[in-house]
Amino acid sequence: MKDQHLINVTVNGAEHEVLVESRRTLADVLRHDLGYTGTHLGCEHGICGACTILVDGTPARACLMFGVQADGAEVRTVEGLADGDRLSDLQEAFSRRHGLQCGFCTPGFLMLAEAYLAENPAADKEEIRDVVSSNLCRCTGYQGIVEAITDVAAARREAS
Amino acid sequence: MSGGDGRVTGQRTWVGASVPRKEDPRLLTGRGRFVDDLRQAGALSAAFVRSPLAAAQINAVDLSGVRSVDGVLAAFSAADLGLSGLTALLERAEFTPTTMPILAADRVRYAGEPVAIVVADDPYAAEDGIEQAIVDYSPGRLVTSIGDALAADAPSVHDELRANTFLAVNPFSDDVDEVFAAAECVVRTSLSSQRQNALPLEPRGCLAEWVDRDDQLVVHISSQVPHQVRTALARCLGLRERQVRVIVPDVGGGFGLKCVVGREEIAVAAAALRLRRPVKWIEDRREGLFASFLGREQRHQVRAAFDGDGRILALDADIRCDVGAYSVFPFTSGVEPLMAAAELPGVYQVPRYRARACAIATNKAPTAPYRGVSRPQIVLVMERLMERAARELGLDALVVRRRNLIDTFPYIGVNGITYDPGSYRESLDRCEQRLREEGWFELRDGAADRVIGIGFACFNERTGYGTEAFAQRKMSVVPGYDISEVRMDPGGGVTVTTGTSAHGQGHETTLAQIAADQLGLRPDAVKVRQGDTDQVSYGWGTFASRSAAIGGGAVRLASGKLATRIRVIAAHLLDTDEDNIDLDDGWCRRRDDPDGAVPIAEVAEVAYLRAHRLPKDLDPGLSAQATFDVLTSGTFSNATHGVVAELDPRTGQTRLLRYLVVEDCGVVINPKIVDGQVRGGVAQGIAGALYEQIGYDADGQPTAGSLIDYLVPTAAEIPEIDIEHLETPCAFTETGAKGMGEGGTIGAPAAVLNAVNDALRDTGVELDAVPITPEHVLRALECSR
Ligand code: FES
Ligand code: FES
Repeated sequence: MKDQHLINVTVNGAEHEVLVESRRTLADVLRHDLGYTGTHLGCEHGICGACTILVDGTPARACLMFGVQADGAEVRTVEGLADGDRLSDLQEAFSRRHGLQCGFCTPGFLMLAEAYLAENPAADKEEIRDVVSSNLCRCTGYQGIVEAITDVAAARREAS
Repeated sequence: MSGGDGRVTGQRTWVGASVPRKEDPRLLTGRGRFVDDLRQAGALSAAFVRSPLAAAQINAVDLSGVRSVDGVLAAFSAADLGLSGLTALLERAEFTPTTMPILAADRVRYAGEPVAIVVADDPYAAEDGIEQAIVDYSPGRLVTSIGDALAADAPSVHDELRANTFLAVNPFSDDVDEVFAAAECVVRTSLSSQRQNALPLEPRGCLAEWVDRDDQLVVHISSQVPHQVRTALARCLGLRERQVRVIVPDVGGGFGLKCVVGREEIAVAAAALRLRRPVKWIEDRREGLFASFLGREQRHQVRAAFDGDGRILALDADIRCDVGAYSVFPFTSGVEPLMAAAELPGVYQVPRYRARACAIATNKAPTAPYRGVSRPQIVLVMERLMERAARELGLDALVVRRRNLIDTFPYIGVNGITYDPGSYRESLDRCEQRLREEGWFELRDGAADRVIGIGFACFNERTGYGTEAFAQRKMSVVPGYDISEVRMDPGGGVTVTTGTSAHGQGHETTLAQIAADQLGLRPDAVKVRQGDTDQVSYGWGTFASRSAAIGGGAVRLASGKLATRIRVIAAHLLDTDEDNIDLDDGWCRRRDDPDGAVPIAEVAEVAYLRAHRLPKDLDPGLSAQATFDVLTSGTFSNATHGVVAELDPRTGQTRLLRYLVVEDCGVVINPKIVDGQVRGGVAQGIAGALYEQIGYDADGQPTAGSLIDYLVPTAAEIPEIDIEHLETPCAFTETGAKGMGEGGTIGAPAAVLNAVNDALRDTGVELDAVPITPEHVLRALECSR
């Protein structure tokens, strides 16, 4: 007998009702049950950060949460960042600064940066380097990632 | 304007521009499609029962418990599948072929070797299933190091191997002893490098399905080499090549690990054939760390003879590579030793050379080529020898390097390799000059209270191995050339095919830039198609930095041919000669008449939809195909890395204060992409120098089972990497480009090791092994107290 639960979760503004086994990770619920495959799995043990999403505004490792824990939560994934075909400032900066190569780690870095900049609009490069050290990228050597986020912090500061 | 089309006013070509990547929007919005993102109705999930032991006889495999688990549909042992296995061949007497079974049958040879495949409704059930497998093993004696493997009474990893040796070669047997006897100075190094995992962030994975309508097995796979996977699948499964279609979707990094064919993917395909249902397998990180392909474990004993001025007279090398339990398809276990022996002299003029090299079997996971293949090690060796000779002779190490650098081109080495022109001297001069100007030497010499060292590494990177260069290795499957087709549709849109297959290198962009220049179009008019064996001609995929140099050459030639066809038609429509037509920004223009022009799109329309307007002898349609190959020893990019390192005397940590790369990869197609490759490469090189290591205990169990133990450096460890380009166009390639995907990884370990040794210069200790751990540093620093 499977131990299943009906949960309600809002993903990028869309409400979903979904039946999940209690051991099913939130990452699998998002990716395979709901089709938000932008959230990637690079380790499934909480180290690489590729699965980083926002749960009620706070960055979380989707591989370390169970789907049932997201009952009633507001989740944001990488699919929710762009406005239709218009990339967000962060996404644009990643492209401009070549902050991605294979792009597998990218959703995790974007979501992490999205939450961090929302709370720390005045972040400088050193702080940003420190914060993104919670995620792994195997392709870029990180420089483009750090520069992209730094650019956006500066631009947002300017605009405000 | 930032984020624009990259075309600077007045610039004539797209090649050379930092055109934004076409790949980026989909990857940034979560619309990339990696294997695990693919959904197929009715797809099942596979998981593998793996051996917990590194060496054992298999007495019995009982999968009855597995089959009764909720959600499990099937479970197969080697006997159930009855497949023959993968045999990679080198056609040389010094090589002993062995077979890698798809699933282990009568014995296991490394911890993690797959013994059975379980197929279930979903991955959770598949994992429940593997827990119920009962395998009866009799543990055997094992070998976990080169020393163990070569011991007189060592148990053998494969019965057919003598002395646990897959390959032993003496490719250069010059009698150098007399030179050593007479030399002013003889220095030695005994250098070792650890096992590493290339660790693409996306693990391996595949989705296999039999499609009746096409009479085909369709396999989506995360791979660098789609056609080679097709050949292996067809051979192993007894299908015709045309009955297998391999499709490579977005790939989350490969770094060489995905350029060989894995047994798991074949088992998954076999299960899909048996069950006539789609089956998917996604490797998890634990499997990836301990049971996937690894690389880099080598030991070099090298001596070098120098004259009193620091000129190298002879080199004598003994190279041993621990390649693990199996020889991988198609590259074999010979890749590392053959590469190391052939290319050891590197950027230096070595007049006399003797080398022996071997591939040793141990009870550890098999190795695959990993970014840089053996070059990180041979550069470590040569750079250590230069430093050591300088110390011995009381000379400056940079002076010794300069006395030995190759400086006339093309240069034919003692190893028979032809080196094409590069900027060996200039890159070193420039690198040194910049670090001097920035005051790093003064900081090092003046900082009594800090432990600081400066390290350099000069190296070249053989890339663009064509068919000839690979043929010398004597593989039974010989990569090299590349074929490209360019098609224009009736609307003027272009599709370019390439046999290369990107995993983060941005080929969709760079190859479009190359074609756009030939066709007088913008890169957005060009769609690059790769990684689908039904849609592209037989090709070799992406490894050994061959894509821009060779794949790019084929694209340039094919687009050039198509451009000629377009000009012929345009000339007919404009009533002139084809030589009088220029293709420019979407137009075919008469050179002699600014008003005489026809849009390329109109030519395309005529070619297909109004074929009656074509010149009489011309067939309808617009397409062209071309092949390109590098007919020499390959092309050689070169670089000097300069690094400043500070050691923390309390913790033994090494911190990199400055990293400068002066590099030359010929014509740069897209500077931003090249810089990204260099930076990523350097990061992997630093990882090898300071952090990453897969060790094994006496039972053959890997000591890194998660990313907690396998220390992938983060943004906190990798410094900013400054890059300066020199540009010596390559005479052997169509584009003038040389490959450059691996150089960063090749140069960094030697530069970092030299910097650490420079920082330790007062201690009398020299380190000769990577990774350099805090423990090594602390122990060395204690010697000075
Ligand atoms: S997949 Fe969640 S942290 Fe790596
Ligand atoms: S871009 Fe490949 S892992 Fe970050």
